[in-house]
Amino acid sequence: MTTVLDPTNEATPPEIERALRPESLAGLTVGLLDISKPRGNVFLDRVEERLTALGSSVKRYRKPTFAKPAPVDMRHEIATECDAVIEALAD
Amino acid sequence: MVTTPLLPPGLVAFVKRDCETCKLVDPLLGELAKDEPLTVYTQDDASFPESLAAIDDLALEMSWHHDIETVPTLIRVGADGIEEQRIVGWSRDQWQAFTGNIELGITLPEFRPGCGSLSVDPSRADKLNARMGGSGLETRRVEFAELEDDFEAMFDRGWSDGLPLVPPTEARVMRMLEGTTRAANDIVANVAPDLVDVTVEKIAVNALMAGCKPEYLPVVIAAVEAICTDEFNIHGLLATTMSVGPVFVVNGPIRKQLGMNSGINVFGQGNRANLTIGRAVQLVVRNVGGGRPGDVDRAAQGSPAKIGLAFPEDEEGTPWISLAEERGMGAGQNAITALCVEGPRLIVDQLSRTPESLTNTIAECLLTTHSKRMVAGIDALLVLSPEHMARYVDAGWDRARFRSELEDRLMIDTDEIIRGTGGIEEGLPADFAGMQLPKFRPGGLHIAHAGGPAGLFSSVFAGWVSGPTGSVPVTKPILP
Repeated sequence: MTTVLDPTNEATPPEIERALRPESLAGLTVGLLDISKPRGNVFLDRVEERLTALGSSVKRYRKPTFAKPAPVDMRHEIATECDAVIEALAD
Repeated sequence: MVTTPLLPPGLVAFVKRDCETCKLVDPLLGELAKDEPLTVYTQDDASFPESLAAIDDLALEMSWHHDIETVPTLIRVGADGIEEQRIVGWSRDQWQAFTGNIELGITLPEFRPGCGSLSVDPSRADKLNARMGGSGLETRRVEFAELEDDFEAMFDRGWSDGLPLVPPTEARVMRMLEGTTRAANDIVANVAPDLVDVTVEKIAVNALMAGCKPEYLPVVIAAVEAICTDEFNIHGLLATTMSVGPVFVVNGPIRKQLGMNSGINVFGQGNRANLTIGRAVQLVVRNVGGGRPGDVDRAAQGSPAKIGLAFPEDEEGTPWISLAEERGMGAGQNAITALCVEGPRLIVDQLSRTPESLTNTIAECLLTTHSKRMVAGIDALLVLSPEHMARYVDAGWDRARFRSELEDRLMIDTDEIIRGTGGIEEGLPADFAGMQLPKFRPGGLHIAHAGGPAGLFSSVFAGWVSGPTGSVPVTKPILP
């Protein structure tokens, strides 16, 4: 029998429950996160129109660069200000 | 905590049959046992010595615990079990004085050196150290089942990049750790995407699996440090759908010490250090950082740089300063530079005899990296081959002159690359018309020298989103 050393990080990721899916977006605040890729704004402008028509209020956010993860402060801001978030990839 | 078992009081001898000096003193041991308590530990054969019964130390535990380096070793142990004195090999005077028996071995030769103890035999010592020493290694142990094939077991657990791995047994990892003076539990970096602190020990495990030798470990450690910086942004390299990965350029005397290849087939197969150093870093990213293709790694097509891509610069073959020196390292400093790139792409020019003509060709090739319509967006690593380098050295161009001449030729007339021009929808928005823009951002073109002595071919590795919003090359010193 061979015993070896585990090459992985040995971490067990914590299980985090997903937020409940809202029944409707009417009256909720929806964050739209633009990751700063070309034409992400085109997509999100249209999404904003549709959401506004549904009675949502929309807040827009934009990552400083698509090449790096969203800064932790921005993630916290979205989590505290919004009931739901939509992230745009684009190109 | 290792507890050392005590030796019995009186005389204690360690011997093995496979030692002429032990055979020589065999009858003396029987003789000594008549006068005072004598315990013999035998390392290789329970029926040896023949003059008295011995305790089986075939597992070498007592030998290891009592630091036996030579057989025969004769030890005098006090009533409290504490060693008082020891002698090794055979010296008639020493043995007589040690035992107080002036007749001892009178017919034997005066002196015979002993033999190596099996407990320090190079083929056994690492395993023994690991088994006995309490290695101090903190990594979790994983047992493979009796019926599992070791190599298949590692594939099954998802540790491999697709190629076989060396099984990281404790003994092998301990040997790997001898390649660095850093403590095994030193934290080297925080590895994305899982943002996990990686220790020297964990890097050693992955370097071992990749096929590295212990002496490569400092290079792998420096490479991991380099990519796990905010500037280099390994998270971005993984997550991007662009097919890029890190290439590592090694500078300094360590290139030669490790036997790295900066000559023929420098980016290809055939050299262990070139092939395994980059692979080791990628295994750290995979196994410690959690960066796996299809998960966080979203590359549309991938690149050899994602398997492992490292090479040394040919510093001796050019009077130009090295890549590391240009990036601020001292001459002769061992250093590694990580750059984010696709694979190597050839630059072919077999007819140019003047530096001006060759520079024109190189510029023409560099302008088309990724697409002629990509401007100021990516970095590139240009690797000049020796025959191309000779054009410049013969003409008296130094690195600064070459860079300046090349950059002059890397300006792009934006009118040619506005969206829709040339029947191509890709390009710059119309409001960029009428400008001259550089292909690479200032400081975005990196130059190195490597390759075989013949062949009028150089290479360019084009990069990815350059600068602080993407990836910036990082140079780190390689420390012991």
